[in-house]
Amino acid sequence: MSDFDKAVEEPEAFRLRARAWLAENMPLRPEDQGHVRNFERCRELQRILYDGGFAGICFPAEYGGQGLSLEHQLVFDEESMKYELPLALNVPTFGIIGATLVEFCNHEQKQRFLPPMIRGEHIWVQFLSEPTSGSDLASLTTRATRDGDHFVLNGSKIWSSGAHAADYGICVARSNWDVPKHDGITVLLVEIDSPGVTVEQIADTRGGTEFCQEFFDDVRVPVENVLGEVDAGWTVVRGLLAHERNAMGNASPLTSGRDIMGNEPSESDILELALALGRNDEFEARQLAAEDFALRFVQKETSKRIGLAMASGKMPPTAGALLRLMGARAAVRRSDMALSIAGSGAIAWKQGHPASEIGTRFVGRQAAEMGGGTTEMQRNLISERLLQMPKEFAADRGIPFNQVRHNAMPERKP
Amino acid sequence: MDLELSEDQEFFRETTRKFLEAEIPVERVRELGHDPAGFDRDLWRRGAEMGWTSMLVPEEHGGGSLEGEGLLDLVIVAEEMGRLVTPGPLLPTNVVALAISERGSPAQQAELLGPIVSGELLASWALEEPGGRWQADRISLEARRTKDGYLLQGIKSPVEAAGEVDRFLVTARGDSGLVQFLVPSDSAGLSITPMESLDLVRRYGEVHFDEVHVPEASVLGEVGNSAADVERQLQVAIAIQLAETVGTVDRVFDVTLEWMFDRHSFGRPLASYQALKHRFADMKLYHEANQAAATAVARAVQHRDEEAPAKVSAAKSYVGDHATFVLQECVQMHGGLGVTWEYDLHLYLRRATTNQLLYGTPKDHRERLAGKIGMNEGAG
Repeated sequence: MSDFDKAVEEPEAFRLRARAWLAENMPLRPEDQGHVRNFERCRELQRILYDGGFAGICFPAEYGGQGLSLEHQLVFDEESMKYELPLALNVPTFGIIGATLVEFCNHEQKQRFLPPMIRGEHIWVQFLSEPTSGSDLASLTTRATRDGDHFVLNGSKIWSSGAHAADYGICVARSNWDVPKHDGITVLLVEIDSPGVTVEQIADTRGGTEFCQEFFDDVRVPVENVLGEVDAGWTVVRGLLAHERNAMGNASPLTSGRDIMGNEPSESDILELALALGRNDEFEARQLAAEDFALRFVQKETSKRIGLAMASGKMPPTAGALLRLMGARAAVRRSDMALSIAGSGAIAWKQGHPASEIGTRFVGRQAAEMGGGTTEMQRNLISERLLQMPKEFAADRGIPFNQVRHNAMPERKP
Repeated sequence: MDLELSEDQEFFRETTRKFLEAEIPVERVRELGHDPAGFDRDLWRRGAEMGWTSMLVPEEHGGGSLEGEGLLDLVIVAEEMGRLVTPGPLLPTNVVALAISERGSPAQQAELLGPIVSGELLASWALEEPGGRWQADRISLEARRTKDGYLLQGIKSPVEAAGEVDRFLVTARGDSGLVQFLVPSDSAGLSITPMESLDLVRRYGEVHFDEVHVPEASVLGEVGNSAADVERQLQVAIAIQLAETVGTVDRVFDVTLEWMFDRHSFGRPLASYQALKHRFADMKLYHEANQAAATAVARAVQHRDEEAPAKVSAAKSYVGDHATFVLQECVQMHGGLGVTWEYDLHLYLRRATTNQLLYGTPKDHRERLAGKIGMNEGAG
């Protein structure tokens, strides 16, 4: 973490420089960004940041970042609130994949992959879940077969948000079937334009199409694109999942700007909703608006507490599961509060009405408890890793994967 | 616990913990449950020597803190006291010490701060009135002007350690707004009715003011202009209270976690059941969140952060709800043992519940917060 801690410029001097530069160079945040993420716009904005020396604030300077501390990043987040930022690059590109590449790439790979990421030229996606492997990620059956100086990839990945707009994917595949599931996994960095990669978009309940499914048909990936060691990719995956929990809990030093996702006009702000609907003198609405404020305050302070504790080693990286759980529970609670205040306004509305999105968000509410690992998995991690409680029984422990009952990959739709 | 304590603060925390564990373990707290005062004056004086009463008092009056941020030291004591449900008027005495230090006349400071710091003089803040009215705009104890002072008429209830203290800081309503007085507990016309209380050692009383005459010199701060002082006292009180609550949960959480490993049913430890593991994961989260909130509030109040009023109410409502939630979950994890008199858990639940409901309930603080964040705009 030394790269994250290194401070060259005092944070307060950095603040003034950032403030002046932002005012001069960045466009103001548009009133309504909508919930569709505009990745092409993000590439342009990221390039402006890069040219100004404000891209990749906590990325190592050697590989195109600024090499500054988390404190500098937090200062930048405060100063950049009112500007249009490439927030859609935060997750997964910077916060999850960027962090994983910094941790596991060799020098040559860092030189190849980090600078274009920080310049906004490469957008990344995670190829983790499969149609037959979700929470039990290590039971994956996408196949990586060695052929000379290449791996040949066959299989399918799903729930990979933003794959349609991405340039590279970090893909977890099975390279050895004769060993227990965690011991035969290899992580490949896959160029999405490669022959044999097909990306299909999946509509979610809100009508969004960021979810994708990919199919790999004899995709050839050079061995230089193996991240970590062959068959020892689970180490990389564990690191990646820790970075994911941090990023989803808003405790990643590598994300930049006021929110991590940038695909929501904001989660429902209960205060604004209550004011917009004229419910501000109703007891329940007042209670809920205050509860929402309190929750945001406590969430922010908890992220700070646990983020700092993880950075200093007072808490292990799995503590990120606490933040991920908190974020998910808060999002669910907020959706319920919004529904309660909106009342029938959530089920029938005139265009542009303040309650117009509330019902639809409620229908898709549980996505918050799934993306970034289900809350059930977070609770397992907290109890087993942080509190050292006994692990759940697993019927596949220590057994070669080819002898374990697992789901067969379904036939591909014609 | 604040995870960013300095070395000195960490040392102070350890010393305090050792002192409390040696001098007043929970068995002793139970004995004090039969004591009319509920606490030990001698122990209080020794605590005072360790700094329990001096942190919010300036050095020229015998006070002092580790690094000039007295409240951040004091919350360490409060948290450690929470871990052992220690009795003693830590919160009310310190709030009064703060009020006198920040707003008292030179005469008041000279008379009262020394004895408070040494542990000889105890004081309590008489704020709340019957019916759960603690908010500045709902205080109704009347302060009527006379030619040489004021006449106080009204009731304060519940008042912590009312039967034991030498001075009350009374928040009253005068002709032109709030006014506060330092009133000796043996004043003519002042009577105290002891109350039964949920906490076994933290006693409360109802204090009646029946034409209590107080001289001009007993006014603390400016007549009619005390709202900001009351707000400041409230913030400090809540910062201390939150720290103590966090301490109670910290101890019970540790004990219950151990229990989960030791207790077996169906041939496995309780800690191996996913249904219970998942509940414990939520409890761990709430406990971390409570600590983050309590720490943030102590810093905001210490540094007079302009958002402190909102932060205090946000944390007070969140911690109030979540601390007792975690403790009740711990009771459930213990099964029948958890609802027995002999097992200590109820002592902690009594303390945390007391803290949840005093100086405003979670609901009260959400209402207060609603006003502070803009819910009053255009309210009809």
